[in-house]
Parts: sequence; C-alpha cells; structure tokens
Amino acid sequence: MAASLRRLSRYAVPAATLAGAVVLWELASRVLRIPKFVMPAPSEIAAEAWEWRYRFIEHSWVTLYETLGGFALSIVVAVPLATLIVYSPWMRRALYPLIVLLQAVPKIAVAPVLLLVIGYGETSKVIVAFLVAFFPIVVDTATGLAATPPELLELSRSYRASAFKTFVKVRFPMALPFFFSGLKVAITLAVIGAVVGEFIGSDRGLGYVILSATSYWKTELAFASMILLSLIAILLFGAVCLVERLVCPWLAPAAEE
Amino acid sequence: MIRLQGVEKTYRTRRGDLVRALENITLDVAENEFVTLVGPSGCGKSTLLKLVAGLTPVSGGTVRVRDSLVRAPFPDVGIVFQHPVLLPWRTVLDNVLFSADMLGLDPQRYRTRALELLALSGLGGSETRLPRELSGGMQQRVAICRALLPDPSLLLMDEPFGALDAMTREEMGFELLRIWEARRKTILFVTHSIPEAILLADKVVVMTPGPGRLARVLAIDLPRPRTVELEFDTKFKAYSDEVRELIFAGRKARGNGR
Repeated sequence: MAASLRRLSRYAVPAATLAGAVVLWELASRVLRIPKFVMPAPSEIAAEAWEWRYRFIEHSWVTLYETLGGFALSIVVAVPLATLIVYSPWMRRALYPLIVLLQAVPKIAVAPVLLLVIGYGETSKVIVAFLVAFFPIVVDTATGLAATPPELLELSRSYRASAFKTFVKVRFPMALPFFFSGLKVAITLAVIGAVVGEFIGSDRGLGYVILSATSYWKTELAFASMILLSLIAILLFGAVCLVERLVCPWLAPAAEE
Repeated sequence: MIRLQGVEKTYRTRRGDLVRALENITLDVAENEFVTLVGPSGCGKSTLLKLVAGLTPVSGGTVRVRDSLVRAPFPDVGIVFQHPVLLPWRTVLDNVLFSADMLGLDPQRYRTRALELLALSGLGGSETRLPRELSGGMQQRVAICRALLPDPSLLLMDEPFGALDAMTREEMGFELLRIWEARRKTILFVTHSIPEAILLADKVVVMTPGPGRLARVLAIDLPRPRTVELEFDTKFKAYSDEVRELIFAGRKARGNGR
C-alpha cells in the first residue's frame, strides 16, 4: 500500500508539475495575447505538429539515422582507441594529445568546413555527430580499462592467461559501467552533432525544419520540431540505459527486502 | 620446497628514487609447511610473496621452487589477496571456476570440485548468488575456494583476513587450518597480527622494515589441531612476546639510529 503510494507520487508529482506548466503557458499566451511568432501557445504547437505529422516522420527518420550512424561510428573508433591508450604507454603519449586537441577544436566551427569537403549529404552529418560523440567514449572507456584492480591482473598473470583472454574475461567487463556512462553522454551529443550538421546545410532532417521554419516566422513549427528532437534524445538516452541494464544486470540496485 | 638465497629487491619510485624493499633474504620452506610472515608495514612481506609467485623479478639472489629457478609465473600456485577481488557479474560458483577458466582448463570438469569446496567453506546453497549479495567474510571464502580449485601445492596468502572483523577473522583462520589439515599444501601467509601468525603456523618469519630483512625464523612447537584455548598457553605467550620484542627492538634501533 505504502509502496504503491510512493510509486504514484514518484511519477504523478513530476507529471502534474509538467501539466501545470503547460496549462499556465497556454493561459498566459491567451490572456496576454502574445503574438504567435514570438511565443506560440501549446495548443498552436500541437495543431502545427498534427498538420506536419507525415512530414515529421520523414524528417525525424533522417535525423535519427544520422545520429545513430555517428554514434555507432564513435563506438567503433573509440573502443579500440581506448584499448590502445591503456595497453601501450607509447600509444598513450602519441594519441592522447591528438585526441585532446581534436576535442578542443569547436566542432560547430569545423562543421562548415566538413560539409564543404564531404558534401551536403547525410554522410557529413554522421561525421559531425561522430566527432562530438566519440570523445566521452574514449575517455570513459580508457578510465574504466585502467581501473581494473591490480590484484585481478596479477591473478590472471599468475594463471598465465594471455593478454587477450584477460581483456575479454576481466578488463573489458570490468570497464563496462564506465563504457556505458560514456555512451550516455555520447548519445545526447550525437543528436546535437546531427542537428548542427543540418543547420549548416541540408534539405532534410529536424535541424533543417527548425532553420527553415524560423526564416518563415513559423515559430510554432520550430517549437514542434524542438519538442520532437528532445523526445528523440530522451528515447535514445533511455534505450542506452535499457541496454546497460540488460548487459550489466549485476549493476542494478539490490532488490528491496 | 621453496628456497630463497640472498634475495634482494630494489625498485624505482615514480619520482625515480631507488627503494630497497628486501635485503639479503635467505629462507627455506619445506613441503606442506605452513609459514607465516609477520612484521610492520613496509617490511616487504607482500613483495616477498610476489617474488615467490614470479610476478616480479628479483634484483639479486635466487628464488627456487622445487629446485627450479622462478623467473615468471608458474602453475601450481594459488593466490589470495587482502580483498576478495571477485568478478561482480559472475555467480559464486562461476567465480570459483574462474581459476580453471584462466588456466585454460575446462570449467565443466571442475564443477563438482567447486561445489565440494563451497560446501566445505559453508557456502553450500549460495552457488547462484552474486558477490554483492555476500558479506565480506563470505566473499573472501569464495576467493579462497577460487585459489584452491586447481588444487595447487603452493598457496600464497597476502593478509587474506586483514579486511575482516576480529571475530570472522578468527573463525576463518580455523577454517583454513581445517582445510589445510585435510589436504596438506605449502602455505606462505602474510599477516599483521602476531596471534594469528603463531596460531596458524609451523614457522613464523619475523621481518623488520627499512629495508625489509628477516629478523628471526621461529619454529612453533604447539600441538595440532590448533584450538582457541592455545592462546592462553604459556608457550603461546612466550612466542608472542618473542615476536613482539623482535619487532619492537627493530623499531627502537631505527629510532636511535636517527
């Protein structure tokens, strides 16, 4: 009884707060007669979103696969890079400054150049998403791999297990929590990367919709796209959390007695 | 079984200074002997274990196990550390089987033995639990089972009960003795606790720090199986006074030297 009440309040309180804010927003824009292009009311945003529902599916799909493409590429590149950095001091000295340098360059500033070089298709957006997403994965995975308890490494060594076996059976699984915390940061950054890429130059995707909506003073369409974009980011973040829970069930909090 | 001759160990700190961890260590350990190493922190007890395991090379002298020179890790050794360092995603049973797995043996063939060891350590029924569901003492029992699984003839234990509370610690000591008496093997056991060192051992090696040296090797002539009551024995008291004096004298000598 008490438990279900607690659960109710856990979801009901934030939901009610959100609903209250939306109602207040609607009332304010009606009472104060705020022009639509300055601050559209929630009802106007919803109407516009409904109007655009089929086109939205198409544009969301483009942004989604640019994001996922960049995210996947960043995993494929970051994990071997992190492994090299941890296993070879020489590689660490060679690669770390380069990676940090790459991270220090503002990606938004690089994006126009990238688009110029690679072209205005989806590939350039995938690359921008990759560039912003891969850094946290490299750093967190490397930290995780370096954090293996030294006793476990000595134990593996005393059993004369190969470095590869130790990596697969001990080091990588030990680093999984770090890897996933990198992924959680990376997935939201990948969405930003894809949208930035679309801002610079594209004719498809939610970033493109926002840009063209604002140039036609269609603020309610821009708002609808932003909300959709946030929903996509939240869903992707939730998906990463779900995969983490499936892959690392031992990290779940112990069942309450 | 183990023969250390004039063993020296120096290592370089991160700042580049040379530190002498061990100096002129000569020690013989017989087959199936239970030897404890006792001394204050920094006397090189743990380093000595690593040298015997072949995990780090000696800087001078020789380490021989069964007449062969130790230069690298060799099979037939089990190691237990102060912390259990179990794999959090493996069940208790799979953690015990980890040693067979890493040795390249077929874990399935060791299942029965793993279950026997767990039952012997009072962990029967916990096979499918995860390490985080166990107390510190139970986790350390799993770590000991993991080391015992391939039935090594040499067991190296680096303060294995150091992180446990006093009561669990005493209980685990007697459990270890019971397992050892049922199936003898050579044990090198590092500890900070003087009573523990005497209660478990055939031979207590007293070490002093800065650099690590052997102060004395005491043969413990107390009846086996050992019991709690032994701690009130006058002989036990005499041994522990002797060990304490050796460690304390070393401390005093260094204090006066400065």
